[in-house]
Amino acid sequence: MKLRYFAWVRERVGKPDEDIEIPAGVVTVGELMTWLASRGEEYAHAFENPKVIRAAIDRAHVKPQAPVKGAGEIAFFPPMTGG
Amino acid sequence: MTGPTTVRIQREPFDAAAEANKLTRGRSDVGALVTFTGICRGDEAGEPIAALTLEHYPGMAEAEIERHVEEAKARWPLMGVTVIHRHGRIQPGEDIVLVMTASSHREAAFAAAEFLMDFLKTSAPFWKQVEKAGEKTWVEAKTADDAAVGRWKTGGRQAAE
Repeated sequence: MKLRYFAWVRERVGKPDEDIEIPAGVVTVGELMTWLASRGEEYAHAFENPKVIRAAIDRAHVKPQAPVKGAGEIAFFPPMTGG
Repeated sequence: MTGPTTVRIQREPFDAAAEANKLTRGRSDVGALVTFTGICRGDEAGEPIAALTLEHYPGMAEAEIERHVEEAKARWPLMGVTVIHRHGRIQPGEDIVLVMTASSHREAAFAAAEFLMDFLKTSAPFWKQVEKAGEKTWVEAKTADDAAVGRWKTGGRQAAE
């Protein structure tokens, strides 16, 4: 599965995207954030406060309860500040 | 009746007058054209800034804006909508975003332009980084922007008001 990171999530993780095999036990977007936070210091820093991080599956906003199954691309980013 | 819809994400500056002309030329049914231009201010919290850098999520940014343009067209009788959002490094005084709505009367055009800006700020995937005194920091989202979006939920303003 492709993961993408934007803004300070990207900076903290240290890369804009990556392809990852998600463990079978990870069912929701929220669980994916918890699992990512366990992957090392930079991930722990990026996902230390998952409540402030927004997610999108295949370019549409989703809530942390959304299932990851079937997703092509999951993105994580801070609240948006455009306009 | 609906008119042309343009949604563009681009690095280059835009020409608001030329975009306005595209929405109104060759027709006489448009009675109101509202233009909102968001401009990069030269100060942030009382301190001068060197520039803003806008990052976006290509593909999703267009999709989110298009989704809200469709919603605006369903809520108000619009005759054309143009939304252009820039990305990359933008200096004080330069334009960042353009929202333009055409309708037969001003109420719909004003309301739809405000609606689009409110959703653009909170749901289109753009992030601003501010350069100040040699330091770059990410701009934090404002709760006032979330509150602004809330007023368009059920029972919110309609063109008929």
